Amino acid sequence: MSEIITSAVLIGILTSAIRLATPYLYAAIGEAISEISGVVNLGVDGIMLLSAYGAFFVALNTGNLWLGLLTGALVGVAMGLLMAFISVTLKAEQGISGIGLYMFGLGLSSLLFKTTIGTVKTVVGFQPVRIPLLSDLPSLGEVLFDQSLPVYAAFLLVPLAWFILEKTTWGLRLKAVGQTPAAADSLGVSVDRVRYIAVCVGSMLAGLAGASLSLALVNLFQENLTAGQGFIAVALVYFGGWRPLGILLGALLFSTVNAFQLWMQVLGVAIPSDVAVMLPYLLTIVVLAFTVSRVRGPAALNKPFERGEH
Amino acid sequence: MKIRMLVVLVMVLALLAACGGTATTTGGQSSAKPLRIAVVMPSATTDLAFSQSMWSALKAVQAELGGESALELQYSENMFKVPDAAAALRDYASKGFDIVIGHGSQYGSSIQEIAPDFPKTTFAWGTDVNTFGLPNVYAYTAAAQEGGYVNGVLAARLTKSKLIGVTGPVEVGDAKTYIDGFVQGVASVDPGMRVGKTWTGSFSDVALMTEAAKTHIAAGADALTGSSQSVVGSIGAAKEKGDVLWFGTQSDQASLAPNIVVASQVYDWSSILKQMIENRKNGKLGGDTFVLQLKNGGLKIAFNSTYPLPDDVKKAAEAAIEGIKNGSIVVEP
Repeated sequence: MSEIITSAVLIGILTSAIRLATPYLYAAIGEAISEISGVVNLGVDGIMLLSAYGAFFVALNTGNLWLGLLTGALVGVAMGLLMAFISVTLKAEQGISGIGLYMFGLGLSSLLFKTTIGTVKTVVGFQPVRIPLLSDLPSLGEVLFDQSLPVYAAFLLVPLAWFILEKTTWGLRLKAVGQTPAAADSLGVSVDRVRYIAVCVGSMLAGLAGASLSLALVNLFQENLTAGQGFIAVALVYFGGWRPLGILLGALLFSTVNAFQLWMQVLGVAIPSDVAVMLPYLLTIVVLAFTVSRVRGPAALNKPFERGEH
Repeated sequence: MKIRMLVVLVMVLALLAACGGTATTTGGQSSAKPLRIAVVMPSATTDLAFSQSMWSALKAVQAELGGESALELQYSENMFKVPDAAAALRDYASKGFDIVIGHGSQYGSSIQEIAPDFPKTTFAWGTDVNTFGLPNVYAYTAAAQEGGYVNGVLAARLTKSKLIGVTGPVEVGDAKTYIDGFVQGVASVDPGMRVGKTWTGSFSDVALMTEAAKTHIAAGADALTGSSQSVVGSIGAAKEKGDVLWFGTQSDQASLAPNIVVASQVYDWSSILKQMIENRKNGKLGGDTFVLQLKNGGLKIAFNSTYPLPDDVKKAAEAAIEGIKNGSIVVEP
């Protein structure tokens, strides 16, 4: 084993892992924000798909990646508004409406792709940007500081989300609304308003997750491009215990094992491919089984808030 | 509260309805009754791979027979879930379509169950060889290893790094036989050359396929191939690198990356379709297994004219094609 895992392979695994983790980070941190306010959004994958399509379509036709990224974010916000309207205003069962949103995103992105683009095309996506000095650090510099901008942004999102959730009034309000909405309401916090914002911000991040796929990682759009990544992101929120750092660790663990198994296959290590492909999921389940029981989620999760009913 | 729930229910149903079936007709009305063919496919008609190969063949046959007035086509795509596909197959049969095709090896048990209920309808499915002993079922498959071998010969002759990467989906069906043939083709040029293989475990996970291709490239591979609709991710990764060559299969993949696609093995189902139509006119509804081969013209190697292929390499590939056709080269599936 030791002669196979050279430093070049190790760098390769970590570089892959950081790329693979990017969409999960955006989507899972977004989902965490939504869930902390008390709204489970199972439509993440559908939002990612529609945003990936929107971002790709705009980038393909304007040649402007930033405009594409912006479109991805805006499509995310629009989908968030839809989700918030159904689950907050109309107080629908969140799980069901999320699945509905997923299918809506899946269907609409496929339909639009077929009518407006037609066949698989590629764009030249966001290129790696070397950060001077830091990228010259031996071995790790190359891994951490020679990535594309959406990848950096995904990792910067972790401390940013932590700061907002832990150190700002808005973060406090978000938690209050997700834990004891009645108490927050009696203190003059508009539960619905906070939840609308949380769902929309969360969905915007899901939109960026989709756009990072179609404009920075895969650089093309195909029907069902995400292949269920949004659902893994939802699982990562539980895995990470609704904390940005936990989500980061979960996303990195999952992606590193995935990158590891790809490298082992490339290098011809004799493990059956089925086992290799299973590894990331298996390990995630094992870690989940041993850690998650200690963490408790937002108390009002999945519960619509009705004034005076509590 | 009740009204709210109702509104929600209606909205959710509307959403579901918007995304449910995606059946599309491309037929016309005319006085003479056209032949009607329906096909159910696991991915999109534009996937640059398996489903597209069948849809292109159907359109070609339609054009040849005289357009929509002679042959009416209908398809259901993205039928990845077998129960949905089974419902669509039964639906088409009960709507009176003459030939109903389940274009996916996962649809076998559905065809086996449905076909006896519609003895006047011709069913076809693939890729497989099993007609279940039913008189109205055809099975069809592709000897994908043949074109795989030719692509392998090309790749082994063109690689400079002497490292070739294969990005596979799941180790089954024509994905496996194609890749097995490819490895044999490489070995026929240089038995010592290393071919790294990855399987993503999914036919549709484009993101992981892209990363698999990037992993091969990072490990030093300069020639890649792979199978399934998710390989567009691999082609994208090779294209982005610029000097990594791609060898395609199922459909002609040159349009996606004209500068790096050397050749593609193209599945041409049209001869099989025409045979089914012909048989049907003569009262034969099924019972045969068709195999696409280089010899019978069902498989073709489409060289990408944009890629400057050296003459001696092209000659080697043509020799391999000829050898497979006349039986002097035997490629194990």
